Amino acid sequence: MSTATAAPLSPAPDATRSFGLVQKLREVVVLTGRNFVHIAREPLQLSDVTIQPVLFTLLFVYVLGAGVVLAGGGSYKDFAIPGLLALNLTTSAIGTAVGLSTDLRSGVIDRFRTLPMWRPVVLVARSLTDVLTAIICTAFVIGTGLVIGWRPDSTAGDVIAGVAIFLFFNYALSWVCACIGMVSDDPETAQGLGLVVLFPLAIVSNALVPTAHMPAVLRAIADWNPVSAVTAACRHLFGNPNPSASIHAWPMQHPVLAALLWSVALVAIFAPLATLLYRRRTTD
Amino acid sequence: MNDLMIEAHGLGKRFGETVALDGIDLEVPTGAILGVLGPNGAGKSTAVRILTTLATPDAGWARVAGHDVVREARAVQRKIGVTAQDATIDEVLTGRQNLVMVGRLGGLRRGDARARAVELLDRFDLTDAADRVLKGYSGGMRRRLDLAAGLMTRPPVLFLDEPTTGLDPISRARMWGVIRELIADGVTLLLTTQYLDEADELADRIVVIDHGHVIANGTAADLKAQTGGARLEVTLSEPHPAAAATLDPFVAGAVHVSHDGRRLRAPVRSAGGLATTIVRALDGAGITVDDVEVHQPSLDDVFFALTGTPVEGDPAAPAAPDADLEVTPR
Repeated sequence: MSTATAAPLSPAPDATRSFGLVQKLREVVVLTGRNFVHIAREPLQLSDVTIQPVLFTLLFVYVLGAGVVLAGGGSYKDFAIPGLLALNLTTSAIGTAVGLSTDLRSGVIDRFRTLPMWRPVVLVARSLTDVLTAIICTAFVIGTGLVIGWRPDSTAGDVIAGVAIFLFFNYALSWVCACIGMVSDDPETAQGLGLVVLFPLAIVSNALVPTAHMPAVLRAIADWNPVSAVTAACRHLFGNPNPSASIHAWPMQHPVLAALLWSVALVAIFAPLATLLYRRRTTD
Repeated sequence: MNDLMIEAHGLGKRFGETVALDGIDLEVPTGAILGVLGPNGAGKSTAVRILTTLATPDAGWARVAGHDVVREARAVQRKIGVTAQDATIDEVLTGRQNLVMVGRLGGLRRGDARARAVELLDRFDLTDAADRVLKGYSGGMRRRLDLAAGLMTRPPVLFLDEPTTGLDPISRARMWGVIRELIADGVTLLLTTQYLDEADELADRIVVIDHGHVIANGTAADLKAQTGGARLEVTLSEPHPAAAATLDPFVAGAVHVSHDGRRLRAPVRSAGGLATTIVRALDGAGITVDDVEVHQPSLDDVFFALTGTPVEGDPAAPAAPDADLEVTPR
C-alpha cells in the first residue's frame, strides 16, 4: 500500500481518501461505534439499557401488579410487558439528550467540525445509537417477561410488527431528545429536562394501569398520549390484554395507525428542528 | 497563482459588544512557519478558529490552501490539521481509538487509519499509553495526542493553537522537538503562542497581535531589535560610585541605578561570555558583585517596547477556555 511507505508526514493525494456516500456511511458507522464505547464505559448509561429494564419489569409486575385488577380480565403480567417496553424505551431516549449535550460541551465537537464531515452526521449517528440501544433494552424487557411467564398470543409476524412500532416511536423520540440536548447548557440539565418531559409522558398513559379510572382530564390526556397509542398497538399485535380497546377516543380505536402517525409527525417536526438547533449551536 | 498557503485580509470578528479581531492581515507562504504572538485575549484563537472553519468572520476574507474558508469550508477541511488550545479529543476513548476515529472520519480506510495511528503513537512516545482511556493522560500526553490527531490524514497545513500553554518545562521541550520534526517534514504551519522564546525557537516570521490588531510583523531578530534585545541586571554587595561608568562600555543604552545604589539595570546586546566580562570589569574596578543576570526579552518586553503598556494579566498563567472572548475593546 502506497500510504504505508510514503514519508511519514508528506501530504497524501486525495485519491487515497474517499468522499461521497461511502464516506457518509463510514462516518455514521464510526460515530455510532464511538457512542457505543461511551455507553459501555459509562456505568449509568449502560445500566439504563440493561439493569433498569430488568429491575422495572420485576418491580412493576410483582409490586404494582399485586394491586391491579384488569376490568376485562387477563393477567397483569401479560398486560404489563408492552407497557414496560413503553416505559423503558421512553425513558432510555434521554440518553440521546445527555450524550449530545455532553458532546457539545466537550472539545471533541470542534475536532469533528474541522474534519471534512457530513455535518448532520453527529445527529444521525446519535439517533441510530438510540435505536440500537432500544433493541438491547427491548431484548432485556422481553427476556425478563418470558422468564417470569409472559407470553404473546399472536403470530411471530405480529410480535415483530409490535416491536417495530416501538422502535420507530423510539427513533422519533430520539429526535425530540436531540432537541432537548441542544437547548440544555450541560448534561445535568439535559438529564433533568429529559426526565421532566418524558417521565410524565410515560406515566400519564395506559402503559402501567388502565386509564378508565383516571380523573377526566388525565384520562383525556392519557387517551391521546402517543405512548398510549404505541402501547395499545403493541398489546393488540401481541394478543395481550388491551382494556383501551373499549375506549372511544380515536387513537384507542385505531392504535396502530395512531402510533405510526404520531411517530411520523414527531420525526417530521423534530428532525429538522434538531438539525437547525445543531447548526445554531455549532456556528460562531 | 500565488504560493501563499494561508492568506487573510481585513479579518474581523465581534462577539456582541466585544471586538475580538479588528481587521488583521496574515500571509504564510507554502512551507513557512508563522508564529502568532500575543497575550491572552489578543484574538489569536479567534483568528485560528476562522482559518480552520470553526468560526465565520464578520469582515474580511481568508483563504487556506487556495480555498475560501467560508464558501469552500469542506475543501479547506481536507487540507488542514488542527490542534486547538482545549484538547479536542474524546475523553472516554483510548488514545488509539481517538486517532483511528479521527482518521476514518477524515476519509481513511480502517486499515490505513490503524497503521497511521500506530506510526503516530510511536512517533509521539504514546505507544505505552495507546490503549489507556484518556482520563489517565497527563497534560503533555493529551497535547501530543491532539497533535497526532491533527496529523492523521497528513494535511499539508497545520494550525497549532498555543501548543505548550500550561505545560511543564519538560513537556514543553518535548513538544518543541515534535514540532521541529513536523517543520523538517515541510508542512506549512501557523502556531499561536504567548511566549516570545517559543515563537523565536520555532517560527520563521512572527506576527504580534494585541486587542485584535497586528501591532508588529517580522522575524524574531526584527522584534528583538525593536525591544532593544536582552536586559542586564547587576546586584552589588554595596553601592559604588563608579559602577555605572564601569558598565557603560558593555551596554546598549543608559544604565539605570536603583535608589539604594545596589542594583543596576541596562539593555544589552546578548553575546557569549557577557556575564563573565561584566564580572571581570567590575572586579577590576574594585567593585564586589552579588549577582549578575542577563534576561532574554520576554513577551512583556516586546509588548512594552511596542505598545508602551505591559501585558494585562499574567501571560504565563494557563489560559481560560474562552480567553479570546474576554477581550476588552480599546
